[in-house]
Amino acid sequence: MASLVFFYFASIILLTASLVVIFRNPVYSALSLLVMFFHVAGLYVTLHAEFLAVVQIMVYAGAILVLYLFVVMLLNVKREERFHGQTNVAMGLGAIMLVESFLLMLQGDTSWLSLEATPNPETMAKGNVESLGEVLYSTYLFPFELASLILLVAMVGAVILSKKGILESKSS
Amino acid sequence: MVGLDLLAEYLSKYSPILIFIVLALGFGLVTLALSYLVQPKYPEAEKLTTYECGSEPFSDSRMPFPIRYYVIAMLFVIFDIEVIFLYPWAITFYDLGIIGLIEMLIFIGLFVVAYVYAWQKGALEWD
Repeated sequence: MASLVFFYFASIILLTASLVVIFRNPVYSALSLLVMFFHVAGLYVTLHAEFLAVVQIMVYAGAILVLYLFVVMLLNVKREERFHGQTNVAMGLGAIMLVESFLLMLQGDTSWLSLEATPNPETMAKGNVESLGEVLYSTYLFPFELASLILLVAMVGAVILSKKGILESKSS
Repeated sequence: MVGLDLLAEYLSKYSPILIFIVLALGFGLVTLALSYLVQPKYPEAEKLTTYECGSEPFSDSRMPFPIRYYVIAMLFVIFDIEVIFLYPWAITFYDLGIIGLIEMLIFIGLFVVAYVYAWQKGALEWD
Protein backbone atom coordinates (compact mmCIF):
# COMPACT_ATOMS: atom_id res chain seq x y z
CA MET A 1 0.00 0.00 0.00
CA ALA A 2 2.85 2.36 0.90
CA SER A 3 4.67 1.80 -2.38
CA LEU A 4 1.34 2.29 -4.17
CA VAL A 5 1.15 5.76 -2.57
CA PHE A 6 4.68 6.53 -3.69
CA PHE A 7 4.06 5.41 -7.28
CA TYR A 8 0.82 7.42 -7.41
CA PHE A 9 2.62 10.63 -6.38
CA ALA A 10 5.68 9.93 -8.54
CA SER A 11 3.67 9.21 -11.69
CA ILE A 12 1.45 12.28 -11.27
CA ILE A 13 4.57 14.43 -10.69
CA LEU A 14 6.17 13.08 -13.88
CA LEU A 15 2.97 13.52 -15.88
CA THR A 16 2.22 17.09 -14.76
CA ALA A 17 5.87 18.15 -15.00
CA SER A 18 5.87 16.97 -18.63
CA LEU A 19 2.58 18.76 -19.26
CA VAL A 20 4.17 22.03 -18.07
CA VAL A 21 6.44 21.97 -21.10
CA ILE A 22 3.96 20.27 -23.47
CA PHE A 23 1.05 22.71 -23.07
CA ARG A 24 1.20 25.61 -25.49
CA ASN A 25 -0.98 27.88 -23.37
CA PRO A 26 1.24 29.17 -20.52
CA VAL A 27 -1.72 29.48 -18.13
CA TYR A 28 -2.38 25.74 -18.53
CA SER A 29 1.32 25.13 -17.88
CA ALA A 30 1.14 27.13 -14.66
CA LEU A 31 -1.93 25.26 -13.44
CA SER A 32 -0.28 21.95 -14.29
CA LEU A 33 2.65 23.11 -12.18
CA LEU A 34 0.20 23.74 -9.34
CA VAL A 35 -0.95 20.09 -9.43
CA MET A 36 2.71 19.06 -9.44
CA PHE A 37 3.48 21.17 -6.35
CA PHE A 38 0.65 19.52 -4.43
CA HIS A 39 1.87 16.03 -5.34
CA VAL A 40 5.44 16.91 -4.34
CA ALA A 41 3.95 17.90 -0.97
CA GLY A 42 2.34 14.45 -0.82
CA LEU A 43 5.71 12.87 -1.52
CA TYR A 44 7.21 14.85 1.37
CA VAL A 45 4.49 13.46 3.64
CA THR A 46 5.50 9.90 2.74
CA LEU A 47 9.07 10.87 3.72
CA HIS A 48 7.85 12.05 7.17
CA ALA A 49 8.71 15.66 6.32
CA GLU A 50 5.39 17.23 7.31
CA PHE A 51 6.75 20.72 7.79
CA LEU A 52 8.33 20.68 4.36
CA ALA A 53 5.02 19.47 2.90
CA VAL A 54 3.10 22.36 4.44
CA VAL A 55 5.79 24.84 3.36
CA GLN A 56 5.64 23.37 -0.15
CA ILE A 57 1.92 24.12 -0.33
CA MET A 58 2.15 27.52 1.35
CA VAL A 59 5.18 28.91 -0.47
CA TYR A 60 5.24 27.12 -3.82
CA ALA A 61 1.55 26.52 -4.49
CA GLY A 62 0.49 29.70 -2.67
CA ALA A 63 3.10 32.32 -3.48
CA ILE A 64 5.55 31.23 -6.19
CA LEU A 65 2.79 30.08 -8.51
CA VAL A 66 1.00 33.41 -8.14
CA LEU A 67 4.27 35.04 -9.18
CA TYR A 68 4.46 32.78 -12.25
CA LEU A 69 0.89 33.60 -13.21
CA PHE A 70 1.61 37.32 -12.82
CA VAL A 71 4.60 36.98 -15.13
CA VAL A 72 2.44 35.16 -17.71
CA MET A 73 -0.16 37.91 -17.49
CA LEU A 74 2.44 40.72 -17.54
CA LEU A 75 4.03 39.36 -20.70
CA ASN A 76 0.60 38.58 -22.17
CA VAL A 77 1.70 35.35 -23.87
CA LYS A 78 -1.33 33.65 -25.36
CA ARG A 79 0.29 30.67 -27.07
CA GLU A 80 3.92 29.71 -26.98
CA GLU A 81 5.08 28.36 -30.34
CA ARG A 82 8.71 29.44 -30.41
CA PHE A 83 10.24 26.48 -28.61
CA HIS A 84 8.19 23.66 -30.10
CA GLY A 85 10.60 23.13 -32.98
CA GLN A 86 13.05 21.65 -30.50
CA THR A 87 10.91 18.59 -29.67
CA ASN A 88 12.86 16.05 -31.72
CA VAL A 89 16.27 17.22 -30.51
CA ALA A 90 15.03 17.28 -26.91
CA MET A 91 13.58 13.76 -27.15
CA GLY A 92 16.84 12.41 -28.59
CA LEU A 93 18.93 14.03 -25.87
CA GLY A 94 16.46 12.89 -23.21
CA ALA A 95 16.70 9.28 -24.42
CA ILE A 96 20.51 9.41 -24.23
CA MET A 97 20.36 10.84 -20.70
CA LEU A 98 17.86 8.14 -19.64
CA VAL A 99 20.07 5.31 -20.90
CA GLU A 100 23.09 6.92 -19.28
CA SER A 101 21.42 7.28 -15.88
CA PHE A 102 20.18 3.66 -16.02
CA LEU A 103 23.69 2.45 -16.80
CA LEU A 104 25.14 4.52 -13.98
CA MET A 105 22.56 3.20 -11.53
CA LEU A 106 23.10 -0.44 -12.43
CA GLN A 107 26.88 -0.44 -12.85
CA GLY A 108 27.66 1.58 -9.76
CA ASP A 109 27.05 0.79 -6.13
CA THR A 110 23.64 -0.93 -5.91
CA SER A 111 23.49 -1.27 -2.13
CA TRP A 112 20.97 1.60 -2.00
CA LEU A 113 18.38 -0.64 -3.68
CA SER A 114 17.87 -2.58 -0.45
CA LEU A 115 17.68 0.54 1.74
CA GLU A 116 14.37 1.35 3.34
CA ALA A 117 12.89 4.83 3.63
CA THR A 118 12.79 4.88 7.40
CA PRO A 119 13.63 8.10 9.23
CA ASN A 120 15.91 8.33 12.23
CA PRO A 121 13.89 7.19 15.31
CA GLU A 122 15.52 9.96 17.34
CA THR A 123 13.94 12.63 15.17
CA MET A 124 10.68 10.66 15.00
CA ALA A 125 10.30 10.94 18.79
CA LYS A 126 10.23 14.73 18.63
CA GLY A 127 8.04 16.74 16.35
CA ASN A 128 9.16 17.35 12.79
CA VAL A 129 9.12 21.13 13.18
CA GLU A 130 10.91 20.93 16.52
CA SER A 131 13.83 18.87 15.24
CA LEU A 132 14.07 21.12 12.20
CA GLY A 133 14.18 24.22 14.39
CA GLU A 134 16.89 22.76 16.60
CA VAL A 135 19.33 22.20 13.75
CA LEU A 136 18.31 25.27 11.74
CA TYR A 137 19.01 27.74 14.54
CA SER A 138 22.21 26.10 15.80
CA THR A 139 24.13 24.02 13.22
CA TYR A 140 22.83 25.77 10.13
CA LEU A 141 22.74 29.25 11.62
CA PHE A 142 24.87 30.85 8.92
CA PRO A 143 22.79 29.61 5.94
CA PHE A 144 19.69 30.76 7.83
CA GLU A 145 21.03 34.31 8.24
CA LEU A 146 22.27 34.20 4.66
CA ALA A 147 18.72 33.42 3.51
CA SER A 148 17.49 36.75 4.81
CA LEU A 149 20.31 38.53 2.97
CA ILE A 150 19.38 36.75 -0.28
CA LEU A 151 15.74 37.74 0.20
CA LEU A 152 16.85 41.35 0.77
CA VAL A 153 18.74 41.25 -2.54
CA ALA A 154 15.68 39.74 -4.24
CA MET A 155 13.49 42.54 -2.92
CA VAL A 156 15.93 45.27 -4.04
CA GLY A 157 16.10 43.62 -7.47
CA ALA A 158 12.32 43.46 -7.82
CA VAL A 159 11.92 47.12 -6.83
CA ILE A 160 14.66 48.32 -9.20
CA LEU A 161 13.34 46.27 -12.13
CA SER A 162 9.74 47.31 -11.81
CA LYS A 163 9.78 50.83 -10.44
CA LYS A 164 10.17 53.61 -12.97
CA GLY A 165 12.65 56.40 -12.48
CA ILE A 166 14.79 54.90 -9.70
CA LEU A 167 17.98 54.69 -11.74
CA GLU A 168 17.33 57.93 -13.62
CA SER A 169 16.93 60.02 -10.48
CA LYS A 170 20.26 58.76 -9.12
CA SER A 171 22.24 59.73 -12.23
CA SER A 172 20.69 63.17 -12.61
CA MET B 1 9.52 -4.93 4.86
CA VAL B 2 9.23 -3.53 8.38
CA GLY B 3 9.85 -0.03 7.03
CA LEU B 4 7.01 -0.28 4.55
CA ASP B 5 4.59 -1.49 7.24
CA LEU B 6 5.58 1.47 9.42
CA LEU B 7 5.04 3.80 6.48
CA ALA B 8 1.60 2.31 5.79
CA GLU B 9 0.64 2.79 9.42
CA TYR B 10 1.92 6.36 9.33
CA LEU B 11 0.04 7.15 6.13
CA SER B 12 -3.18 5.74 7.55
CA LYS B 13 -3.13 8.73 9.91
CA TYR B 14 -3.63 10.88 6.82
CA SER B 15 -6.87 9.14 5.83
CA PRO B 16 -9.03 12.02 7.20
CA ILE B 17 -7.20 14.36 4.81
CA LEU B 18 -7.82 11.93 1.96
CA ILE B 19 -11.53 11.77 2.85
CA PHE B 20 -11.60 15.57 2.98
CA ILE B 21 -10.00 15.88 -0.48
CA VAL B 22 -12.44 13.32 -1.94
CA LEU B 23 -15.42 15.13 -0.36
CA ALA B 24 -14.24 18.53 -1.62
CA LEU B 25 -13.69 17.23 -5.16
CA GLY B 26 -16.96 15.31 -5.06
CA PHE B 27 -18.91 18.37 -3.90
CA GLY B 28 -17.65 20.40 -6.84
CA LEU B 29 -18.13 17.67 -9.43
CA VAL B 30 -21.57 16.55 -8.19
CA THR B 31 -22.85 20.13 -8.03
CA LEU B 32 -21.67 20.87 -11.57
CA ALA B 33 -23.00 17.55 -12.93
CA LEU B 34 -26.36 17.97 -11.21
CA SER B 35 -26.87 21.51 -12.48
CA TYR B 36 -25.87 20.37 -15.97
CA LEU B 37 -28.38 17.51 -15.88
CA VAL B 38 -31.43 19.38 -14.53
CA GLN B 39 -30.98 22.74 -16.29
CA PRO B 40 -33.26 23.66 -19.20
CA LYS B 41 -31.15 24.07 -22.34
CA TYR B 42 -32.21 26.80 -24.78
CA PRO B 43 -28.87 28.06 -26.09
CA GLU B 44 -28.75 31.39 -27.94
CA ALA B 45 -25.79 33.38 -29.18
CA GLU B 46 -26.52 36.16 -26.67
CA LYS B 47 -26.78 33.73 -23.77
CA LEU B 48 -23.51 32.00 -24.60
CA THR B 49 -21.39 35.16 -24.56
CA THR B 50 -19.23 35.91 -21.54
CA TYR B 51 -21.23 37.40 -18.67
CA GLU B 52 -19.66 40.71 -17.67
CA CYS B 53 -22.09 42.14 -15.10
CA GLY B 54 -24.66 42.88 -17.81
CA SER B 55 -22.54 45.07 -20.09
CA GLU B 56 -21.32 43.67 -23.38
CA PRO B 57 -17.80 42.24 -23.33
CA PHE B 58 -15.52 44.58 -25.24
CA SER B 59 -12.14 42.86 -25.15
CA ASP B 60 -10.31 39.63 -24.38
CA SER B 61 -9.78 38.93 -20.68
CA ARG B 62 -6.10 38.19 -21.38
CA MET B 63 -4.80 41.72 -21.36
CA PRO B 64 -1.41 42.80 -20.03
CA PHE B 65 -1.42 43.58 -16.32
CA PRO B 66 0.39 46.59 -14.87
CA ILE B 67 3.83 45.66 -13.53
CA ARG B 68 2.89 47.01 -10.09
CA TYR B 69 1.10 43.72 -9.41
CA TYR B 70 4.42 41.95 -9.84
CA VAL B 71 6.09 44.03 -7.12
CA ILE B 72 3.21 43.30 -4.77
CA ALA B 73 3.47 39.55 -5.53
CA MET B 74 7.25 39.63 -5.02
CA LEU B 75 6.91 41.43 -1.68
CA PHE B 76 4.30 38.86 -0.69
CA VAL B 77 6.60 35.93 -1.52
CA ILE B 78 9.51 37.47 0.43
CA PHE B 79 7.53 38.15 3.59
CA ASP B 80 5.79 34.78 3.25
CA ILE B 81 9.18 33.06 3.43
CA GLU B 82 10.13 35.21 6.42
CA VAL B 83 7.04 34.03 8.30
CA ILE B 84 7.79 30.38 7.39
CA PHE B 85 11.11 30.70 9.23
CA LEU B 86 9.29 31.97 12.32
CA TYR B 87 7.35 28.70 12.79
CA PRO B 88 10.27 26.38 13.76
CA TRP B 89 11.81 29.25 15.72
CA ALA B 90 8.65 29.71 17.78
CA ILE B 91 8.48 25.96 18.53
CA THR B 92 12.09 25.77 19.75
CA PHE B 93 12.11 29.21 21.39
CA TYR B 94 12.67 27.98 24.98
CA ASP B 95 15.46 25.56 24.04
CA LEU B 96 17.37 28.16 22.03
CA GLY B 97 17.44 30.75 24.80
CA ILE B 98 18.77 34.26 24.32
CA ILE B 99 20.95 33.21 21.35
CA GLY B 100 17.84 32.27 19.40
CA LEU B 101 16.32 35.68 20.08
CA ILE B 102 19.48 37.45 18.83
CA GLU B 103 19.57 35.25 15.71
CA MET B 104 15.99 36.07 14.90
CA LEU B 105 16.53 39.79 15.59
CA ILE B 106 19.36 39.83 13.01
CA PHE B 107 17.15 37.92 10.58
CA ILE B 108 14.18 40.24 11.04
CA GLY B 109 16.51 43.27 11.05
CA LEU B 110 17.53 42.51 7.47
CA PHE B 111 13.86 42.25 6.54
CA VAL B 112 13.22 45.61 8.15
CA VAL B 113 15.98 47.03 5.93
CA ALA B 114 14.24 45.51 2.91
CA TYR B 115 10.89 46.87 4.07
CA VAL B 116 12.27 50.39 4.63
CA TYR B 117 13.96 50.25 1.22
CA ALA B 118 10.72 49.27 -0.52
CA TRP B 119 8.81 51.94 1.36
CA GLN B 120 11.39 54.68 0.64
CA LYS B 121 11.49 53.81 -3.07
CA GLY B 122 7.72 54.00 -3.25
CA ALA B 123 7.17 50.34 -4.12
CA LEU B 124 4.21 50.28 -1.76
CA GLU B 125 2.59 53.31 -3.43
CA TRP B 126 0.01 52.88 -6.16
CA ASP B 127 0.91 55.79 -8.41
